[in-house]
Amino acid sequence: MTTMTVKGSRRRTPGAFRRGVRRNLTAYGFLCGALICFAFFSWYPMVREILLSFQQTNFVDEPTWVGLENFGTVIDDAAFADAWINTAAFTGLALVFGYCVPFAAAIILNELRHAKAYLRFVVYLPVMLPPAVGVLLFKWFYDPGPGLFNQILDLVNIPALSWLDSTDTALLSLVAVSTWMNLGTGTLIYLAALQSIPGELYEAAELDGAGLFKRVWHVTIPQTKLILMVMLLLQIVATMQVFIEPYLLTGGGPENATLTVAYLMYQYAFNFGDFGAGGALGLMLMLVLMVFSAFYLRISRDNQN
Amino acid sequence: MKPRNLSMLLAAGIVLTAAGCGSDNGAAKPADTKPGSAAADAPVTITVGCQPPKSNPFERKAWDEDVAAFQKLHPNITIESKDAFPCINPDTFQAKLAGGTMEDVFYVYFTDIQKIVAAGQAADISPYVGSVTKLGDLRPDVMSVFKNGDKTYGLPRTNYSTGLVYNRKLFTQAGLDPDSPPKTWAEVQEAAKKIAGLGPGYVGFGEYSAGNTGGWHFTASLYGRGGEMVGPDGKTAAFNSPEGKAVLENLKKMRWTDNSMGAKQLLQWEDLMRMMGGGKLGMMIGAPDVVQSVNNDFKGKFDDYGVTALPEAKASLSGGDGYMFNPKATPEQIKAGLLWLEYHELTPDQGQFNYERNKGQGRPVGLPTPDLYGDSAPGRQIVETRKKFATVPVEHFAPYAEASTTIQNKIEPPKAQELYAILDVAMSAVLTRQDADIDQLLADAEAKANKVLAKSS
Repeated sequence: MTTMTVKGSRRRTPGAFRRGVRRNLTAYGFLCGALICFAFFSWYPMVREILLSFQQTNFVDEPTWVGLENFGTVIDDAAFADAWINTAAFTGLALVFGYCVPFAAAIILNELRHAKAYLRFVVYLPVMLPPAVGVLLFKWFYDPGPGLFNQILDLVNIPALSWLDSTDTALLSLVAVSTWMNLGTGTLIYLAALQSIPGELYEAAELDGAGLFKRVWHVTIPQTKLILMVMLLLQIVATMQVFIEPYLLTGGGPENATLTVAYLMYQYAFNFGDFGAGGALGLMLMLVLMVFSAFYLRISRDNQN
Repeated sequence: MKPRNLSMLLAAGIVLTAAGCGSDNGAAKPADTKPGSAAADAPVTITVGCQPPKSNPFERKAWDEDVAAFQKLHPNITIESKDAFPCINPDTFQAKLAGGTMEDVFYVYFTDIQKIVAAGQAADISPYVGSVTKLGDLRPDVMSVFKNGDKTYGLPRTNYSTGLVYNRKLFTQAGLDPDSPPKTWAEVQEAAKKIAGLGPGYVGFGEYSAGNTGGWHFTASLYGRGGEMVGPDGKTAAFNSPEGKAVLENLKKMRWTDNSMGAKQLLQWEDLMRMMGGGKLGMMIGAPDVVQSVNNDFKGKFDDYGVTALPEAKASLSGGDGYMFNPKATPEQIKAGLLWLEYHELTPDQGQFNYERNKGQGRPVGLPTPDLYGDSAPGRQIVETRKKFATVPVEHFAPYAEASTTIQNKIEPPKAQELYAILDVAMSAVLTRQDADIDQLLADAEAKANKVLAKSS
């Protein structure tokens, strides 16, 4: 307490201030770079997007304020409900697959004794592909005629599937693409978390007679709880913005079965030229994502504390 | 400074920056003031879009030659050509307008024109367009695409009506006569069955159903059958009709009963081009520009393809492209732009119609498009020169060319992209679901379309 009082009452001389600035100049430089980048490429577009959602503009004349009209247009659209339902379904399915598969892959990689580095590289490889290339690769895999997946099914005498061409399987097919493309990043993060678990915990569990599943349940999951929670929230935020898969593979079809919120936003803005409606839908999505982001920030803060 | 204060300062800065950026109207005096006040020979610079890209060296060379010749003819005008491929991209169009980088004379597809006009994103050139000497000879139906009421917003570069593109080689392989292409939808169905019967991977008839292209081709087929997309007042949908039902029933039969449309659906523009170029697609709705694309970009050969009229056509959806003017262009820039367009896009034997040069460069000559002038004097001159320097087998396009003179061309409906997106659902349903209920699909689409149209009126 005494120390705090002394520190609090100490007055900084101009010389000390200058020395402080000089000492931290490099840090300020880095900070400025980051601030400028965020301001121009993140915050400014966000502010513009929010403004757009309350305006009508043709980008030539001064925009006019229309209050909540754009929101009415969007909510009144029959595709609105489809887009949210599909996005929620995609997010749910992407969590089931995109969350569990990388975690399982990380556990397996962690248990391996040989070819660890090679397999890590193989798992991470899809992340290095440009997303459009990865997605278009799947376009061929899913081809109901000569596509790879149906050829494999044919080999084992299973009837061919329509994959992207059926309302039953189209969304699930997109989830598979998304899971494959993001597998590498998730696996590496989980692997790093797994490797930070002290080996003694597993040894103790083994001495207590715990098998593989009990070790995972009682040691691995509790020890990686924080990273699992953070990844869960990040995954929700990322998958709710799904765009490239429906854009390149299905065009939102069949029968709007893969129309997502982000894709509908694109349609408003670029196909229909209605940036106000696109902005309004974007703002709705942003508000939903902010809830999950708030959870994420809270968990991060609690962890720091 | 406390973090909270810092963030408030930053937020204020961002808002001010946004406000500052939003208020920029440019320094140029827009064209909606008064026609021409500067001296006629005052220096003027215009930016013009759709210069052929470097990857297309012959066309680019021809363009550059034309620009040089034009500038010699009009020493006060400087043309700054802007290349891009494709010439217009919906993803960047609005951004270019917002960022102030849109060309003074910018390129458009017919399908986007009314949307651009409705949004006030093109200049009204009515006070100046009278200077185009062959304006009166241009086909009224083509010019109507660029009009809204009595105002004119642009000039055409190319145009076409929709027909049926077919692979002559596959017709021969399937025992069909390539010189006698189908004239009815029943004949299309029969031909498609025979082509699909050639073996795995062969598709008799291909059709779009995603990315708004399904709705676009629904419209083409509907017009062909004499149907309408919207009522006379443009405020209600009119496609839930016997003609609209016939379009979907025809597709359903070919897809599920005849099995002649292939298993892969949700096709978009590039998919059918690739299939046509790959030589395993028999027929598709399209125009001679499809053959040109397939030849230039999808490894097809002109000799293998033909184009005929849309079966049983009572009317045809027109398509094409042209140029409009930036609403911030000055009257002088619009006048200069009109001079350039007349020189390069609208004068027989010159610019795009310099078929002698095209032939010399080894570029294809002889496709029956564009047909900007119909049977007027410039039109006849263009057809004659095209025939003289033809390098492609013109007889393969003869049925299409003959039909084009009699079939009425129709422009796209209002709110075209919105309606196409709605009709994609019906198109994808009949092509991906055997039990699709056509009546229900059309009724659903009609209800959605009515909402969109009511809002636009």
